[in-house]
Amino acid sequence: MNADAAPEVAEHRDYRRFLERHSFIEMSARERTRAVLDPGSFRELLGPFDRIKSPWLPLQGIVAQADDGVVLARGTLNGEPALVAAIESAYQGGSMGEVSGAKIAGALELACRDCEQGRPVLPVLLLETGGVRLQEANLGLAAIAEIHAAIVALRRHVPVVGVVAGMVGCFGGMSLAAALCSHLLVTRQARLGMNGPEVIEQEAGIVELDAADRALIWSLIGGDQRRAVGLADELLEDDAGAIAAAVRGAFARGAPALERSAQIEHYRERLASIDPQQPLDGEMLRTLWNEGTAP
Amino acid sequence: MEKIQLDYPALHTVPRRAHVGVVGSGDLEVLLEPSPDGQAHVLVNTSVEGFGAAWKNVLDRFFARFQGAASIEINDFGATPGTVMLRLEQAAEATRT
Repeated sequence: MNADAAPEVAEHRDYRRFLERHSFIEMSARERTRAVLDPGSFRELLGPFDRIKSPWLPLQGIVAQADDGVVLARGTLNGEPALVAAIESAYQGGSMGEVSGAKIAGALELACRDCEQGRPVLPVLLLETGGVRLQEANLGLAAIAEIHAAIVALRRHVPVVGVVAGMVGCFGGMSLAAALCSHLLVTRQARLGMNGPEVIEQEAGIVELDAADRALIWSLIGGDQRRAVGLADELLEDDAGAIAAAVRGAFARGAPALERSAQIEHYRERLASIDPQQPLDGEMLRTLWNEGTAP
Repeated sequence: MEKIQLDYPALHTVPRRAHVGVVGSGDLEVLLEPSPDGQAHVLVNTSVEGFGAAWKNVLDRFFARFQGAASIEINDFGATPGTVMLRLEQAAEATRT
């Protein structure tokens, strides 16, 4: 390879930049939480040694994790008090059970109480979840509803920032939690949707959706597509530094003029613009739902 | 799911607690804390049944070198003996730094 030729030099530089990146996706939930907060400010709440675990999984012959797959930490962002809740996707697919869901809901409710008493807390959700934990069914769903309510309550005081980095993505009831966030940050590797591709294929058949077709899946629900149609606010590289900076940037921008979930007419019009008789792909949806039309 | 309990003599105390790993496919979580009675105690919760002898071999070998008075809880999701040993070494290392 001739390193002197101009195009190759640029390529070489890109390669260096790639090596200097610190993958956020490859981090555990605890490492992600530390990476987002100001250095040295991480203070974990209900950590693994508190052993607040799922009482339901062992009854079904499944080994429970000591923190039930959710890391909660208080700390600071640019010196401001902050709360980060991160879901560990490697444990039970990041599913929300009674305990993991209650940890997030409780932490958000306490942050809300602090805000009401004049002590603002900046809330960050690092979402990596398939949604409700099927083994805990209604208890998990109830906790997810509490998370939704807590996000809406908190939004009156401070913006709520959500991050979907991948590779699991964010699905089910927790995709609604992502949609309720004031600012939603995604990577190209992220996926965001109500039903996961595997679930759709299982229920409706491979003719409806081939869950193994990665190009197709990401063209429909991938981070780039979700950003392009305005369902996510910012597309980021898989780099811990870039994501930590973008979280701070989102708080600096403050609350959006109108929260996504308050734009009911806008989204009704969007749905009305679709003809269910016509086949639709990701590219067509980008044209149809051009983000420039958002109020 | 199977529970395995093992005890080992210890020569020195453990300065601090350490947590490593995740209860994910082929992996495990180790919670290591100073033990109050000067002995080492291990509790294994594993998703795979019938490997008690393999667990004893791995833990015998670990404690032949570690010799700390630790209470160790392991939550295992089908890790191989090599992975178990790496996680135990990682936890021991974390108590020293």
